[in-house]
Amino acid sequence: MSRSATAPVPRSIRPGAIIAWTCLFVGGVIMITPLLFMFSTSLKSAGEVFDLRLVPANPTLQNYVRVLSDGRFLGWFLNSTLIAVITTVSCLFFDSLVAYTLAKFRFPGRKLVFLAILSTLMIPTEMLVIPWYLMSSSLGWTDTYWGIMFPGLMTAFGVFLMRQFFETVPDDFLEAARIDGLNEFTIWWRIAMPLVTPALSALAIFTFLGNWTAFFWPLIVTTDRDLYTLPVGLSSFAVEQSIQWEMIMTGAALSTIPTLLIFLFFQRYIVRGVMLAGVKG
Amino acid sequence: MASITLDKIVKTYGASTAVHGIDLQIADGEFVVLVGPSGCGKSTTLRMIAGLESISGGTLKIGARVVNQMEPKQRNIAMVFQNYAIYPHMTVHQNIGFGLYTSKLSRAEKDARVQEVGRILGLSHLLERRPAALSGGQRQRVAIGRAMVRDPQAFLFDEPLSNLDAQLRGQMRLEIKQLHQRLGSTIVFVTHDQVEAMSMADRIVVMREGRILQVGAPMELYNRPADMFTARFIGSPEMNMLDAELSGDGLGFGANAGRVALVPDALPPGLRQASSPRVAVGIRPQDLAPLNAGTTGAALVLHGTVRVAEPHGSETFVHLDLPSGSVIARAPAAASYRPGDAASFKADRDSIRYFDRETEKLVA
Repeated sequence: MSRSATAPVPRSIRPGAIIAWTCLFVGGVIMITPLLFMFSTSLKSAGEVFDLRLVPANPTLQNYVRVLSDGRFLGWFLNSTLIAVITTVSCLFFDSLVAYTLAKFRFPGRKLVFLAILSTLMIPTEMLVIPWYLMSSSLGWTDTYWGIMFPGLMTAFGVFLMRQFFETVPDDFLEAARIDGLNEFTIWWRIAMPLVTPALSALAIFTFLGNWTAFFWPLIVTTDRDLYTLPVGLSSFAVEQSIQWEMIMTGAALSTIPTLLIFLFFQRYIVRGVMLAGVKG
Repeated sequence: MASITLDKIVKTYGASTAVHGIDLQIADGEFVVLVGPSGCGKSTTLRMIAGLESISGGTLKIGARVVNQMEPKQRNIAMVFQNYAIYPHMTVHQNIGFGLYTSKLSRAEKDARVQEVGRILGLSHLLERRPAALSGGQRQRVAIGRAMVRDPQAFLFDEPLSNLDAQLRGQMRLEIKQLHQRLGSTIVFVTHDQVEAMSMADRIVVMREGRILQVGAPMELYNRPADMFTARFIGSPEMNMLDAELSGDGLGFGANAGRVALVPDALPPGLRQASSPRVAVGIRPQDLAPLNAGTTGAALVLHGTVRVAEPHGSETFVHLDLPSGSVIARAPAAASYRPGDAASFKADRDSIRYFDRETEKLVA
C-alpha cells in the first residue's frame, strides 16, 4: 500500500514550538532591522535620510562613490585590515601555544598560571585603558600601529578557549608523535593544531571581529588621522561637519564586507568531529 | 632488533607505588605478552620501556644500552596505541610516512618504504584515504604500519585490539602473530585478555598489583600456574577452586571436611609436606569429564546438581552445585543436562593442582 493512498495527516505542532519560533522570529527581526536600515540609509541621499521608509524613494550609489573616492576611507580600511589580521594571527599563534602548554604539560604552578590568566578576564577594558595609555606614552607607542595592536596580541579568552579544546585532544596522538621523534614544538604545530581547527576558526572569527570593530582604545591611542581605524574614522564623520548619516552608514555597510568574508571563510572549518575519526574510544 | 632487560624497575607516583621492582629479560625477537587485570602495572611498565613515563628506580636496557634517561625517540622503539592514534588530518600514506618524519632518507626512499609497508599490511589500495574512511581493523593496520616503517629495535603494543569487535580481534591477533613470524622482531604486548596472551605469546608475564607473579610459555602457565591468581586468570572458563582440608586420613572438602574425598595414596607427595592443612584444589573444567557407569581409576569424583548447562556447540559447560561449592565441567556436546539433574564428574590425579590457602602458592 502506497503512502499517497492515505489522506495526508497534518503534522501536529507542539505549542512550545510555536512559542519558540515566535521568540526566534522576533529576535531575528530585532537583530536584522538595524542592518537593513544601515543598507537602506546608505542608498539614500542626504535629504532623504530622515525619511524612515525602508526602501529608499530614490536609491542612489552616490554615497558609495563619495566614500570610496575619499582617500581617507581607504586608508582607514587598510589600517583596520592590517591591525585585525596581525592581531588575529598573533592570537591564534600565541594563545594556542600557551593553551597547549597549560593543557598538555604537567608542571608545578600550572593551575595557578591558568587561574591568573583567567582572572584577567574579569577586568573591564575601561579599567585597563589608562595604564595602557600611560605605558604607551612613556614608551612612545602612541600614534603607532604597535600602540593600537599591542593590547590585543594575546588574549586571556583565547587561551581559555583553546585550552578547553586542547584538553580534548587524546594524549595518544602526542605520545605517538613523541615516539616518532618529533620535538615538542613540532608536535604542537603538526599534530595538535590541525586537530583543533574548529576552535582555531572560532577564535579567528572572534578576534578578527573584535579588532575590526574596536573603537575605544584606537580612539584614545591615536591622534594622527592617517592612523585611524575604520570605526574611529567613521565616527569622525559625525563630529567634524554636522552628522552625515548617509556617509556613516555607507562606510559601515562597506566595513561589514570583510567580516562577512572572514565568517564565510572560517565557518566551514567549524565542523565538529574532525578529531573523532582518528581515535576510537 | 634487540633484547630488553628490566632490572628491578620501580615506578612511584608520589607516595603510591605502581610497579614494585620487577625483573624481566626479553630476548631478541621474542614475543612477550604482559597480562593482568587493570591497574596491575602492565601499561605503566610498557610506557616506561617506551620512555613515556620516567623510571623511578632500577635499570632498563634495550640491547646493550641503558636507556633510563633517554628520550623515546633515542630508544628507537615503536608503539601501537589502544586508540590507534593515527592522525585524522593525514592520509594513510602520510600517516605511515610520519614514522619516518625525522629519518634522513630521501623522499623517494621514504615513499618506497611506505609502499612496501602498505603492501605487507594489505593497505596499498587505501594509501590516499583518510582515517575517517577506514574500518577499525584498517585503522589498526595503519597504526602498525607507522610503527613498522621505521624498522625499530622493538615494537610495543598497548592493548591494541581492545577497541575491535570480537571477530576482528581474532583476525588481528592472527595478523600480528604472522607479522611477528615474518619480521622476527622483539614485541612487548600488553593486554588484559588472557586469550590474546595465550594465543600470541612466546612467553606470558602475569602481573598483579605492580608485581610479576609468573613468567612462562603459555602452556606452562596453563598447566602449572604458580598461584591461584594465575590459575584463575589463564584459561577459559577459569579454573575451579574448591576449599579442602588435609588430615591424616586424606583430603576432605569444605563442609564435608570429615568425609574423605581423596585418600593419602592418591595425593601427590609434595602435598603431604604442605605447611598448612587448608588447601585449594584446582581443576580445569576441561579436566572434569562425565562419570560413566563402569569408569574406574579416577582420582576424584564430584557429585552435584546441575544449575545451568551452557552449550557451546562443540562442547557443553555444565555448572554444577556441590555440597562444598560449585564447579564448571566440560561435557560432550551431545550430552543433555537439565537444571536440577544429579550429575557426577571425575578428574584424573595428574590434572589436579593443589594450592596453599594462606599463601595462594602452588603446592603440588
